[in-house]
Amino acid sequence: MTAGQRHRQPGRGSGRGGEQVTVPPADFTSYYGRPVLKPPVWKHDIAGYLFTGGLAAGSALIGAGAHLTGRPGLRAVGRWTALGGVAASTYLLIHDLGRPDRFHHMLRVAKLTSPMSVGTWILAAFGPMAGVAAVAELAPLLPQHGPLGLARRLAPPVGNVAGLAAAATAPALATYTGVLLADTAVPSWHDAYPSLPFVFAGSALAAASGVGLIAAPAAETAPLRRLALAAAAIELAGGRQLERLGLTGEPYGHGRSGRLVRAGRALLAVGTAGALVSRRSRILSAISGAALVASSVATRFGVFEAGRVSARDPKYTVAPQRERLAQKGPAASR
Amino acid sequence: MPHVNSLYGPLDPAPDAGYVDAPPRMGFFTDTSVCIGCKACEVACKEWNNVPGSGLDLLGMSYDNTGALTANSWRHVAFVEQPRSAGWATPAFDGTPDGPAVSPETAAVGAGTSTDTGTDPGLPPGSPAAAARMSGGPEFLGMPGAQPPGRGTGAEGRADFRWLMMSDVCKHCTHAACLDVCPTGSLFRTEFGTVVVQEDICNGCGYCISACPYGVIDQRKDDGRAWKCTLCYDRMGVGMTPACAQACPTESIQYGSLEDLRERAAARVATLHEQGVPDARLYGDDPNDGVGGDGAFFLLLDEPEVYGLPPDPIVTTRDLPAMWKRAGLAALTMAAATAFAFLGGRP
Repeated sequence: MTAGQRHRQPGRGSGRGGEQVTVPPADFTSYYGRPVLKPPVWKHDIAGYLFTGGLAAGSALIGAGAHLTGRPGLRAVGRWTALGGVAASTYLLIHDLGRPDRFHHMLRVAKLTSPMSVGTWILAAFGPMAGVAAVAELAPLLPQHGPLGLARRLAPPVGNVAGLAAAATAPALATYTGVLLADTAVPSWHDAYPSLPFVFAGSALAAASGVGLIAAPAAETAPLRRLALAAAAIELAGGRQLERLGLTGEPYGHGRSGRLVRAGRALLAVGTAGALVSRRSRILSAISGAALVASSVATRFGVFEAGRVSARDPKYTVAPQRERLAQKGPAASR
Repeated sequence: MPHVNSLYGPLDPAPDAGYVDAPPRMGFFTDTSVCIGCKACEVACKEWNNVPGSGLDLLGMSYDNTGALTANSWRHVAFVEQPRSAGWATPAFDGTPDGPAVSPETAAVGAGTSTDTGTDPGLPPGSPAAAARMSGGPEFLGMPGAQPPGRGTGAEGRADFRWLMMSDVCKHCTHAACLDVCPTGSLFRTEFGTVVVQEDICNGCGYCISACPYGVIDQRKDDGRAWKCTLCYDRMGVGMTPACAQACPTESIQYGSLEDLRERAAARVATLHEQGVPDARLYGDDPNDGVGGDGAFFLLLDEPEVYGLPPDPIVTTRDLPAMWKRAGLAALTMAAATAFAFLGGRP
């Protein structure tokens, strides 16, 4: 093998859906085929966190919506799922660190240029609020009289305020993760920056609607069916751009990452359709809910994997940059 | 008030980071045209900075057994073998004989020579006929040919050949994505305009690793933290030359104020162009490039990607304001969708 050899990538036409997306042939040089970038060292914890964080955010919104529209069963499901999601998120984020015992170093600074720092502070605001809102659901278990009786009476209003506060930060929690991935040199993540927050917002709402459809009383699930529809619209509209990125969109449509992304979309479509027609059937509702949850998991892992694929292959780094230089003109490429 | 170019464009990074009366920005100019691939820089860096060993592995990549910049290799000498003229030299192997290594007659004579080895049977003479046959060219015995490259194939079948060697290092970007995205403040800008990791702060989140457009910074498996070249911050502070530049025997690695280095580099490129090396070009010297110019820049003899460098890196945080806008829009959409679900339509 010699370095500086030219790799030839045949032109590719993706003919799915009757739509021709042609990627120009990439002719590029590399150093012994080694990647230019370091692939992300984030483990699957982070893909899992993308899911649990989104689930927590969507559920907090559902909890607040249910509270404001008088659906106590759905409210409880939303609040507990939000707490469970944010607890799992915190665990996953800390577990992924190279030095988990230093997780609190994140709290030394607040930096707008670091989406991870911004996310830390969003989580720090969201987590306790989601926790208080969920624990307030335990008020009916307290005795009617005595000091605990006072807590029983105070808990619901405190929980309501906390629940609304959590819901206020929830959209930020669900969408900043799009910036978290995009603000890297990883070609497929960076180039997808206009889409990722929308894909993640839709995915978060889909997952949370799914859990609601599984766990909430059937009589209170009407908003969830509409929410699933809205989630699908947001995610599919945002996601349509992913494969249209050109070469760096390739991992979203090909290989294992592509299969995960496609599975996510198929499950989203099935789950949403199921949610819309399963009004009368508890079992069908639960199955639709499970499909929505599974869709979110598949999408998150698919997007995560697509980024790792694009960082490992020098083609995705070199070819688009060469193309950019060629567009700037011969003077720029020297 | 942050500088208008604080995310992108030409900038003097130390004053932008808040240093008052900062010393001149320091950096490296690595002139690969005089690199001899001795790897003294790799060794000196490890010695001075107490960087752990990175294993004794043969990677099969020319003479490069380091492979890449890692948390345990802060200098990396790349070796590139190319079937191409070295530029200023006469064509490779020009004038060297293209016949077999030895004539059949000489081989036959040679087969009869012997010497007293003091042993028995010692070194008995060989078969002149077999030796003559062997000298006529490789007899395929399932073994690689024993002839030097180009022998027996005729002069026109020979390829030109050159070696490129380049000592790679952290670029200490003007707009350093690693520093921008670090959520703990572990990565910081020094008064010399360089970028350094504080090992007592880093919690191994790994964000810098994905953010670096050059694939420089890396995580140590055993301790979980991110490590990279510090441009010998400790040596700079007392006016000493960084270990790699100090050790470099050919002054391929030059250390100094970025202003001086840029002048020197421009002069060197002009000299090489005069001497008939039109491929010589600077990489990372331009303050108007995608990272605002590198604190450590290079003179290369081929395209950057040949050495494993990105041809047109752009700091990812250039697009950060646009990214936050998209996220904000998505967040509003999400809130609106929830409102629609709970308020709109009939159950």
